[in-house]
Amino acid sequence: MTAYAAPFRPIRSRGHFTHEDFMATAMIEAKGLKRTYKARGKDIEAVRGIDLRVEAGEIVGFLGPNGAGKTTTLKMLCTLLAPTGGSAIVAGSDLRTDAVNVRRKIGYVSQAGSTSPEAVVGDEIISHARLYGIDRATATRRGKDLLAALDLAEVWSRTCGSLSGGQRRRLDIVMGLIHQPTLVFLDEPSTGLDPQSRANLWTHIRSLRDTLGTTVFLTTHYMDEADSLSDRILIIDHGTIVAEGTPAALKKRVSGDAITLTLRDEADAQRAAGIAGGLEGADAPQTEAHVVRLHVPDGGRALPVLLAGLTKAGIDAIGVDVNRPTLDDVFLTLTGRSLRD
Amino acid sequence: MTFFRDTWIIFSRSMRLSLRQPLWVLIGLLQPILYLTLFGPLLQNIAATSGFQGDAWQVFVPGLLVQLGIFGGLFVGFGIIAEWRSGVIDRQLVTPAARTSIIAGRTLRDVVVISVQAIVLVGCAYLLGLRVPPAALLIGLVLVALLGAAFSFISNAIGIATKSEDALAPLVNTLALPILLLSGILLPMNIAPRWLQIASDFNPFKHIVEALRAVFRGDFTNPIVWIGALLAVVLVVLGAWVGARTLTAQTR
Repeated sequence: MTAYAAPFRPIRSRGHFTHEDFMATAMIEAKGLKRTYKARGKDIEAVRGIDLRVEAGEIVGFLGPNGAGKTTTLKMLCTLLAPTGGSAIVAGSDLRTDAVNVRRKIGYVSQAGSTSPEAVVGDEIISHARLYGIDRATATRRGKDLLAALDLAEVWSRTCGSLSGGQRRRLDIVMGLIHQPTLVFLDEPSTGLDPQSRANLWTHIRSLRDTLGTTVFLTTHYMDEADSLSDRILIIDHGTIVAEGTPAALKKRVSGDAITLTLRDEADAQRAAGIAGGLEGADAPQTEAHVVRLHVPDGGRALPVLLAGLTKAGIDAIGVDVNRPTLDDVFLTLTGRSLRD
Repeated sequence: MTFFRDTWIIFSRSMRLSLRQPLWVLIGLLQPILYLTLFGPLLQNIAATSGFQGDAWQVFVPGLLVQLGIFGGLFVGFGIIAEWRSGVIDRQLVTPAARTSIIAGRTLRDVVVISVQAIVLVGCAYLLGLRVPPAALLIGLVLVALLGAAFSFISNAIGIATKSEDALAPLVNTLALPILLLSGILLPMNIAPRWLQIASDFNPFKHIVEALRAVFRGDFTNPIVWIGALLAVVLVVLGAWVGARTLTAQTR
């Protein structure tokens, strides 16, 4: 298990909306969604009949390795690819029989981008908005507001090609939101961005839901992205959903948190192991020289109890590590493979 | 009608992008002008002796116009591949816009660019000595626009179907070469051996060139004029059908 860099934070605290506000209605409801390709006379099942439900106001992360079927599923839900089986209601309209109405209500931000490098930002926004029947004045006003909200206030008259990677990705999001969709699909939103731009982008995506109440469905093969952004995660592998739940619940499915104690000497280690073994839900501690290792269901709760116990017994721990399971551990447990493979 | 509105929106965007890079339009124009100035005078001397009817400019300019229509349209597919790669096509496909307008708007832009090039070409030819009835010029321009539309549709369709410049370039060249060689654009087909003449009869562009040449001679009632015009219209309809089908197939 790898050390967990930043603690998981629930995302609900910042704004006016939380996904509980919308829980009554499903924004996406798919049943047996399937996509089969024909390649060299053979049928290749990219997506093998998945069921999924996304509630209004949720941020749902669709996590899986490259080639798992994430983008294919997303393209089906966005009407870019017709399913070869199954059905789905997206934003209140039937994907197969009423694609035009689905298109009116959804936004889609492709990983390929959305603008021509030689085009002027403002022109691209207005022309895109007009395809939704929005007049030029409204498009200009909304476009400028959205650009400002995504820290792009100055770029209206610039060419798209002159923007940095992070700016261009945020511009893609502005394009995807210009018609005020109730549901927005983000395909690998932070791929190719530097760490600072990624963190910045995540903040904007969260505030989208928090301030506008937009439902967000995003695909990613980055565990940290799924972890820190999503209310709920769907893990896909080989075209089927292998697990779903909140990031915390998914990680709880793995054996729990690992605690590593480093002590002054072996005698202390033996005594510390005795105390640690008494923690609620702990497995049998393993001692190796002056290091003690054990697993507990919740490291955050167990650690203060353990440290208090050690202090009471007069044992001085010189190092403590809590390793929380990552989504990669979850994926590994579920599929026997690492997401990084 | 949402089709017309959407086509106009897509056209305006594409046109604006073309106007931002007028250099490419100028470079596109250079080729027919080079033909006109470097090949035209050469033809002056052959025209009298070969199987051409009419004076050299009346023979040569219709050929160049048809060539402009074909080649001006045939290479636009590279542009749509670049747009697909930068996510613009998918972005437009996710809007409620009429599917066919996404390709028709781009073709309309190509038609406008090609028509402007044709006007400049005819103007240059006029300076060099072309003299034809004004109605003939108008018919010539319409014909070029129709051919440009047909080939723009087809090229955009191949571009969006293959999504690869590496595939588009050889495909387009393979398509263009027999069309050019069997059309009698550069040399009259009646000086060709018999088998080549028969082969060229199956090339609709030969008849279109012949039609335009008849018009440039002032022979408006020649049946070939109607045949040529009909072929051009059929090609546009065919191109539009292929284009629309290819684009709709993208989301299937």
